[in-house]
Amino acid sequence: MDFNFTEEQGMLRDSLAKMIRDQYDFESRRKVVASAEGWRKDMWMQFAELGLMMAPFSEEDGGLGGGPIDAMVVMEEFGKGLVVEPYVPSVVCGGGFIKRGTDAQKEEYLTGIMSGETIFAFAYAEPRGRYNLADLETTAKKDGEGFVINGHKAVVIGAPWATHLIVTARTSGDRRDKNGVTVFVVEKSAPGISTRDYPTVDGRRASEVYFENVAVGAEAVIGEVDNGLPLIELVSDEAIAALCAEACGAMKVAHEMTVEYSRQRKQFGTPIGKFQVLQHRMVDMFMEYEQSVSMTYMATLKLGDDEVTRKKAASAAKVRIGQGGRFVGQQSIQIHGGMGMTDELAVGHYFKRLTMIDSEFGNVDHHLKRYTELSAADVPAAAE
Amino acid sequence: MNLEFTPEEIEFRKEVRAFIEENYPKELVGTGTREDLSREQFLAWHKILGKKGWSVPAWPEKYGGTGWTSTQKYIWGEENARMDAIMPLPFGVSMVGPVIYTFGNEEQKAKHLPGIRSGDVWWCQGYSEPGAGSDLASVKTTAVRDGDHYVINGQKTWTTLAQHADWGFFLCRTDPNAKAQEGISFILVDMKTPGIEVRPIKLIDGTHEVNETWLTDVRVPVENLVGEENKGWTYAKFLLAHERSGIAGVARSKRGIERLRDIATQETVDGTPLIETPEFARKISQLEIDLTALEFTELRTLASEAAGKGPGPESSILKVKGTEVQQRLTELTLEAVNHYGAPYAYGMEATGNGAGIGPDYADFAAETYFNMRKTSIYGGSNEIQRNIITKMILGL
Ligand SMILES: Cc1cc2nc3c(=O)[nH]c(=O)nc-3n(C[C@H](O)[C@H](O)[C@H](O)COP(=O)(O)OP(=O)(O)OC[C@H]3O[C@@H](n4cnc5c(N)ncnc54)[C@H](O)[C@@H]3O)c2cc1C
Ligand SMILES: Cc1cc2nc3c(=O)[nH]c(=O)nc-3n(C[C@H](O)[C@H](O)[C@H](O)COP(=O)(O)OP(=O)(O)OC[C@H]3O[C@@H](n4cnc5c(N)ncnc54)[C@H](O)[C@@H]3O)c2cc1C
Repeated sequence: MDFNFTEEQGMLRDSLAKMIRDQYDFESRRKVVASAEGWRKDMWMQFAELGLMMAPFSEEDGGLGGGPIDAMVVMEEFGKGLVVEPYVPSVVCGGGFIKRGTDAQKEEYLTGIMSGETIFAFAYAEPRGRYNLADLETTAKKDGEGFVINGHKAVVIGAPWATHLIVTARTSGDRRDKNGVTVFVVEKSAPGISTRDYPTVDGRRASEVYFENVAVGAEAVIGEVDNGLPLIELVSDEAIAALCAEACGAMKVAHEMTVEYSRQRKQFGTPIGKFQVLQHRMVDMFMEYEQSVSMTYMATLKLGDDEVTRKKAASAAKVRIGQGGRFVGQQSIQIHGGMGMTDELAVGHYFKRLTMIDSEFGNVDHHLKRYTELSAADVPAAAE
Repeated sequence: MNLEFTPEEIEFRKEVRAFIEENYPKELVGTGTREDLSREQFLAWHKILGKKGWSVPAWPEKYGGTGWTSTQKYIWGEENARMDAIMPLPFGVSMVGPVIYTFGNEEQKAKHLPGIRSGDVWWCQGYSEPGAGSDLASVKTTAVRDGDHYVINGQKTWTTLAQHADWGFFLCRTDPNAKAQEGISFILVDMKTPGIEVRPIKLIDGTHEVNETWLTDVRVPVENLVGEENKGWTYAKFLLAHERSGIAGVARSKRGIERLRDIATQETVDGTPLIETPEFARKISQLEIDLTALEFTELRTLASEAAGKGPGPESSILKVKGTEVQQRLTELTLEAVNHYGAPYAYGMEATGNGAGIGPDYADFAAETYFNMRKTSIYGGSNEIQRNIITKMILGL
């Protein structure tokens, strides 16, 4: 057992933390979020130069030979800085699919992902599908060698900035069948794709993406036709681990800000941090944060395990982080009093981000249910 | 003890329901849960009720109250909530109004009560300051006597909707040497007086609901002092207890649960309506049970008030439990709409996509959840309410 980071990971963290401190302070972020673009392409390219995008890929894929732990390091720092740039959609999800694709696909996209030039968004959610990754009304019908895609993808995070989309669609079977799901890579500018772009409550950008007779070739399929769900679940679990890391970063800062505020803010002639009810509340926040970190490590380390172990670990982490993030976020506001309610203070923005992380890739209820079902199915194996 | 409505009460419900259905402005239907309303929208129903004589049911009849029993007031609240009606704001009707008719002189009553009843005059509450939040008695804004005027200097903050206000009631220090609570006065201020500057504060949901109010050499006639000089703390506390009892919001939360049920019926999980999944169904049940406990606690409190006891420290229970229910309701509503909580309703101009994204019922779900965190902070934070119960009821 070893919970230490490698020297490279330590260096990555330090230089990223410095870059965010120097160039991504809260006021700079505020300007970016309010700008027409909603992000900074130049910042994204600087992240790429620092090696963030290469870090989690193997050396044979042209990366730095890291893996999910490197993505975890990156996302913890992104969480601390409330970075809006689309690392999870493009590198963790886009890269996660492509690196498991054909040699030709890797050839075509991986270099671009790692250089920052190619930007992916992951179009998986649908208006009526809730958190079920197989509940797809988007269809891809066989047409000669290729496919024709029709449908509507909901709240695709980072899509306004994306050059490419990973799209999940039904190629056979009924609406919620586990079989019959296929993954495609498409250029966002392909004929038949239209979007409605909008800001999100936590300072990012997303799109509703509409597919109208979008024709793609056979080379657009990632993995197996009709058998895409296991791959989708794998990449989604990787995204969950990365989001959990982001939440840990955000919780840490929200908690620190709150403790600091309680030292400075005086009422009744004394710092409010002297009131035991608030002290214990902040201790509870701290314990939530520590346990969230533990769960994030656990889930990240189990990403390479067998399917059931991996899924249970990801669900367990997402449940704890959903609950912990809610508690830490709400109490950060409460202890800041009226100041916590203001747009001016950063703490409210951490609260909003923590809130929204719960609704990405399945909320607490969804993962509690998935965990329970996996446990039930796992009993005979455990009894052996 | 008896939970049945009398035939007269059932008749009363019919009457007010018919009145609301006929008179509630059609263009406001469906906006009652939003925070970004215009002055006209906020006042429209108030003005209609003012004409009808129903805008201040809780006031004594001689000042324009309706003389309704507590059951009738309860029915009135429920019927308005059914419509999500935008009710008269509390600052005039529930806060300064009762202070004026209880502690004010005849001129003040004649001057101010009609405008509060009719909805023509908008009031704001100038209590909190940057340094005086939970510790309200530490207000520093000063009012210094100069002939037949007070000259007010200082900074108030969190002044809700002061951007629309015609008048404000302010707590000012008139005796700097007295003990904290003993040198404060309760002064009515025309917000158009020179020297008042109202600056917006943007909240986390994106709305402009509160303000900083700066007062520089603001000259106010001494006749605007309510009651006695240096006795303002007594009036302020009287008002806070009134503010708290209205804060439970039972009827509104009931309506909110209906709305939540409606959303959860339309949302589906693997083809099953969300409301039929055991996880979510139980959460709604739990909330409803908590709300029932709150409702009956409120009814008991009202009954003892009707028996002559003023709102006591028990109103702190209503504030804590009422706000917990309201917050939980918005939390579950956000959970119900899943991904479609994310689109930022107030930020759509940035991209020109003005129209709502996703189902209509998802609009503002996240924004409202964020906004409602305020309820456990204002009106005396929930920690302060617990301190009150600790002291006044537990005797610790
Ligand atoms: C089953 C059992 C086994 C035990 N075994 C051992 C043993 O092997 N060796 C040994 O030495 N002792 C032992 N203890 C004693 C134990 O350490 C004491 O019970 C404990 O320290 C609490 O002291 P108390 O019972 O006097 O409660 P008190 O100290 O009187 O506490 C009463 C309540 O007040 C709270 N409280 C006290 N001070 C504060 C504060 N500053 N802030 C907030 N809350 C406060 C406490 O948390 C508690 O809820 C045992 C006790 C039990 C019940
Ligand atoms: C949306 C909104 C609208 C408002 N509208 C108005 C208005 O119209 N007019 C007006 O005058 N004011 C208004 N207020 C102000 C409100 O009354 C104050 O925010 C409130 O009194 C808390 O004060 P504070 O914000 O300074 O927090 P603080 O008093 O600094 O409190 C910070 C934290 O410390 C806790 N705390 C403080 N003292 C204790 C203690 N002794 N024991 C334990 N915990 C403690 C608090 O509970 C809170 O969690 C509004 C506030 C908000 C957020």
